[in-house]
This record gives sequence, C-alpha cells and structure tokens, in this order.
Amino acid sequence: MTIYGLWIINKAGGLVYQRNFAEGLAQLSSNEYLVLAGTLHGIHAITSRISPIGPSSGAQVIEGENFKLTILLTATGTKLVLLTSLPDASAQLILQKTYEAYADAVMKNPFHTPEMPIRSEGFDTRITDLIGTGQTS
Amino acid sequence: MAYSQPHPRLSVPSNSSQTSVDHPSSSRFSLPSAAQKPNPSRPSIYDKNLNKSRFAEVSGSSFAFLFSEIVQYTQKRVSGINDLERRLNTLGYRVGIRVLELMVWRTESSSKAPKREIRLLPALMAIHTQVWKAVYGKTADGIEKSVENADEYMIIDNDPPIERHVSVPRDMSQLSCSSFTAGIVEAVLDGLGFPARVTAHNTPNAQHPSRTTILIKLDRSVLEREELLK
Repeated sequence: MTIYGLWIINKAGGLVYQRNFAEGLAQLSSNEYLVLAGTLHGIHAITSRISPIGPSSGAQVIEGENFKLTILLTATGTKLVLLTSLPDASAQLILQKTYEAYADAVMKNPFHTPEMPIRSEGFDTRITDLIGTGQTS
Repeated sequence: MAYSQPHPRLSVPSNSSQTSVDHPSSSRFSLPSAAQKPNPSRPSIYDKNLNKSRFAEVSGSSFAFLFSEIVQYTQKRVSGINDLERRLNTLGYRVGIRVLELMVWRTESSSKAPKREIRLLPALMAIHTQVWKAVYGKTADGIEKSVENADEYMIIDNDPPIERHVSVPRDMSQLSCSSFTAGIVEAVLDGLGFPARVTAHNTPNAQHPSRTTILIKLDRSVLEREELLK
C-alpha cells in the first residue's frame, strides 16, 4: 500500500493540516487543497443525510480508478482523510493511530488553538514516525 | 485580584524589582475562600488516610489536558515569556509546599526513624528521587554540579512528563513549561531551609529532544552554613 497524503478537516470544513508522503498524485496549490477539503466536507454532509436507514456517519471510503480516500469522522466532527493506493490493508488502522497522535500532540498542546491550522512539531514527528515516506508493505 | 500587580517573588531577591518583602505573599498560597462550605455528605480529602493514596495515580491524559489549560490561561494574562515562566513557577511553588508537607507526614507514619534532610547533597538527592517519584512516578535522570559557579546545581530530566505533549512554537523557543517543576523544587528547597532560585531550561540532545535542566541557584547563606557543617 502506498500512502499519498493526509488531510485533517475541522468541523467547519476548513483544512487545518495537509501533508504529502509518497509521489503519485498531482501537485496542487494550497488554495486548491482548501477548495477540495471544503468540497469533501460538503459531500460528506450530503452522504450522511441521504442514508436510507437511520442516521449515518457519512461516507467512509471514496474510491477512484487508481487511488482511494479513507475518511475517519471523530466524535467532535473533525475529519481525518487518508489518500492511499487501491489495495489498502491498514488505512483504517493508520487513521486510528493518526487520531491518537492528534489527541496527544495537538489537543494536549497548550499552544494549539482549536479549529486553527496545526503547527505542532510534536505532531509532525509522530506522523513521520507513523507514516514515514508513505510506503508500507 | 492579585493578577493586576506583578506577583511577589520568592524568598531570594530576584532580577525582578519586586521582592516578597514588599508584598505579603498572597499569590504563593491559595487559601479556600470563606464562601466555600464543605459538603457534609462527602468526607473531606483532609480526613482520608494519607498512605492509602500514596501509590494512587492520576490519568496522564487528564493531567495533560489540565496542564494545557493552565498554560493557556496563564498565557492570556502575561506580557512575555519571563512573566509566563514566573507565573508557572508560582503555581508550582504552591504544589511544592504541599508535596513536601505530604511527604513528611507520609514518612512520619510509615518509617520508624523519620528524618529531616539538613545537608545540601542528601536534600538534593531526596528531591531527585523521592520528590520526583511522588510527583511524576519516576526519578529524575541526573544531578550535576555547575563547574563555573559553586552555588549552582542542576537536576536533569530527559523526558519531563509535563512536557510530553507540549510543542512550543518557534517564536517562544526559550520558554520551558518545566518552570512549573522548578517552582515545585523551589518550594521543597525553601521548606527544607535551603532558599534558592530555581529556573528551568531546555537542553535538548540527539536522543532526548525534550531534555530539561532544572537549575538551582542557592542563596549564599546556604553555602555558608554548609561550610560550617563540614
């Protein structure tokens, strides 16, 4: 499995963290990333409404021809999005661990403002340790 | 209340213009206000057996969130990094007073020969092991004596638990949140009769990015007394 990128979208649809790992996806400007994140936020809101049975937590996986988007919705409405290659074995697991790192290194950091872009060295280090260059066997 | 004025410094005159002589040390002690009535249905924490809670632990996450809020709250009310460190030091001082008292009472009831440290080195060792164990559940990683100054000692912690989740932004890189720990150490030293000024400094190395040095600058009277006791 190849991990291309990680996004963190706050509950208002703003992109607060974006990082690329392996090569393979088109390079976008930061503005385009913001637009994409906002769009995904909207799509996610729609998918959670159109579920035929009961309340739904919305889209969890969006698959393209040669990449895949896995979404983890947290209890507070923050969305963690992992962009990977199609054969994926551990995207959910990596998202869970990312969430853990987010809770530790971002939410417990006194210098982080909620809903604002994440600038935390500790979080960057944890993500590097977790994902590295994006190549997992 | 006390927030509008610069808070009183500790027993040793500091680089700040204020000393504790001018101000009654209101911010070093937090006394319950008269308005708070104890709840009779719940036993007060003061009635509990001291040694029952001796090895009890609190959740690291809860503490991390609490400490994070403390730093944020304090940061909103200060004018700079030095001020922030001083405030954290004062908060730690309040904890330290209680830590020392609690430890003394606990050894009093559990050991046959409770002892008060009167020499400097055993006192520093006790802080390095017992105080650290009581507060953080582990010992500190080293004690060093300054080569340049005879009145300076350092306690080193390779991975301070209170800083485990703290990422200080680059523009505040001198800030060390371990000033809180420095306050604890200062209170314990004060309580044992070794007045000192204690500060915290980041001293990262390759293996330990959050390595912290607690710098203890002893009052001259302490060194003079040590000379006499030799």
